[in-house]
Amino acid sequence: MMAKKSPWPLIAMALWVAALALAPVTLGNYEVRIAISIAMFTALALSWNIIGGFTGYPSFATAAFYGIGCYVGALAQRAGVPAALAWLAAAAFVGGVSFVLGAIVLRLKGHYFAIGSIALVDISRLVVSSWGEVTGGGNGLNVPLLEGRPPEVSALVLHVMLGIVVLAFLANVLTDRSRLGFGLRCIEQNEDAADMVGIDTTRYKIAAFVLSAIFPGAVGAVYASWVGYIDPTDSFDILTTVKVPVMAMLGGAGTLLGPVVGAVSFVLLEELFWANFLEWNRAIMGAIVVALIFFLPGGILKLDWRAILRRQPRRKAAERKAG
Amino acid sequence: MGFEQILANGIVLGTLYACIAIGFSLVWGVLNVINMLHGSFIVLGGYLTYFAWAYTGVSPVLVLPVVAALLFGLGYGLQYLFINKVVSAPVLTTLTLTFGLDMILYNLMTVYFTATPRRVSMEFGRVEFLGVVMPVDRLIGMGLALALTALLFVVLRTSRIGRAIVAVRMDREAAALMGIKVNHIYAVTFGIAALMAGAAGSVFAMVFPVTTNLSGVFLGKAFVICVIGGLGGVSGALVGGLALGIIESFAGVLIGPQNAITIGFVLMLVLLIVRPQGLVGVKGYE
Repeated sequence: MMAKKSPWPLIAMALWVAALALAPVTLGNYEVRIAISIAMFTALALSWNIIGGFTGYPSFATAAFYGIGCYVGALAQRAGVPAALAWLAAAAFVGGVSFVLGAIVLRLKGHYFAIGSIALVDISRLVVSSWGEVTGGGNGLNVPLLEGRPPEVSALVLHVMLGIVVLAFLANVLTDRSRLGFGLRCIEQNEDAADMVGIDTTRYKIAAFVLSAIFPGAVGAVYASWVGYIDPTDSFDILTTVKVPVMAMLGGAGTLLGPVVGAVSFVLLEELFWANFLEWNRAIMGAIVVALIFFLPGGILKLDWRAILRRQPRRKAAERKAG
Repeated sequence: MGFEQILANGIVLGTLYACIAIGFSLVWGVLNVINMLHGSFIVLGGYLTYFAWAYTGVSPVLVLPVVAALLFGLGYGLQYLFINKVVSAPVLTTLTLTFGLDMILYNLMTVYFTATPRRVSMEFGRVEFLGVVMPVDRLIGMGLALALTALLFVVLRTSRIGRAIVAVRMDREAAALMGIKVNHIYAVTFGIAALMAGAAGSVFAMVFPVTTNLSGVFLGKAFVICVIGGLGGVSGALVGGLALGIIESFAGVLIGPQNAITIGFVLMLVLLIVRPQGLVGVKGYE
């Protein structure tokens, strides 16, 4: 039914992950920190891609999954669960939560779904900050530190994050090449029609929502172990929840490598501006978001690179092709 | 606190909420855009009022129209130059664009105004009526909020521009065929929304301290109120605002102020599922 897909995205991705994994050997502490950040946001953007890219549902719930993951991981570790198990537990718990929440909010469409998904972030934050006996409320929570010297810990965190990236990427690849992905693309184009031709849209959408939730849950738990302290404002940040879709769109939503390219570009740009224009950091990122909407609506991967390299406007190239 | 007192607090808060949400509702209903800038518009209005009052001593009630006019200009410009270019794109695009613009505005405000909470303090004392005690500045705020809401209602109902806005909301193509300049009407609508947000900020600064950190809170309130009331126009925002104000006021006493905010969001999610058109909204504005 479906044409054989090119193996190049997989090869490119394997090389990229391998390069990042070598960062602790070849580069300094600062670069390893950036590599962790890149891996984190790559995993988040790839996860978002399944619900936002393939299915076309404007989800802004990433920070809810990530934040719940932070707290479940932290609480499990405080209860004495080993770190690795705590991370898995966080992913599983967030998967269950997203299944229930998905069954509720995925009945909404368009603007209402967007608002509903943002509300999930707000509700999670409010519940966590008012449930003080368990979560420490606004004071936050200390998480047991990982054992080892700091460079070893960073290397471990980086490799675990990259493991999540690989899993999230494989989830994208498998979704892309299976019935699920085909159904999701149908839903993206016309949900009513997809329903008419026999696609169980509810089940497909919930599957996509859960897939987009478990990896952020794991990422949050690993992040909590790494930094050793979490609080509600940082864990359920509205900025994170919008940044992740922006990254996916920057690279190209709905493609395999788009979220990867977008996350790298965004994190590096952000790092550059944090370092040089601390006071104006937020405004510069805002300007980039605005520029993205106007000049790169399809993302970096959709650019016509050959036309740009030949220094000819795209329109001329298109005209020549047509004529 | 007695029942009447809690109810009165809720109603006062509710009118302020209505004023906060009305511009957001207008933009959503007419432009089909979720305006993430809304919270920052409110904070900007509050700050401008505060600084005008603090440096010149002019009464904030007189500053309000000036602030409103400035915000109208800002809103018109933003819509005409930026948002109009992508106004019919999917929600992901328009929401992200307004979020990007909000990041810029927010940054400008924190740099030039700093994030210190500021409040216009006017000592008017308080009044007591039927066992209910109410500070006079809150009553003035409530009066202003109601007056602004009523004014917008009249403008939408009777003026040429108001009828054009309603026409565009009903059917953009048909409105264009009737000779309405849709882009101009979009910009005017966004300008009016910014104006109402700025004026709401002015009113808010007279009653509560305002800081940039509140922009997200205001935006969240606008979400909740619009979903509770529905997008049918002025009445939806008024009903939604009053409902939220009264619910928060009672919930604050019964289960604590922190949980009261959660209740608002949970109520919104429930309503989204069972009645997406809101309490008084008209179906079909999705």
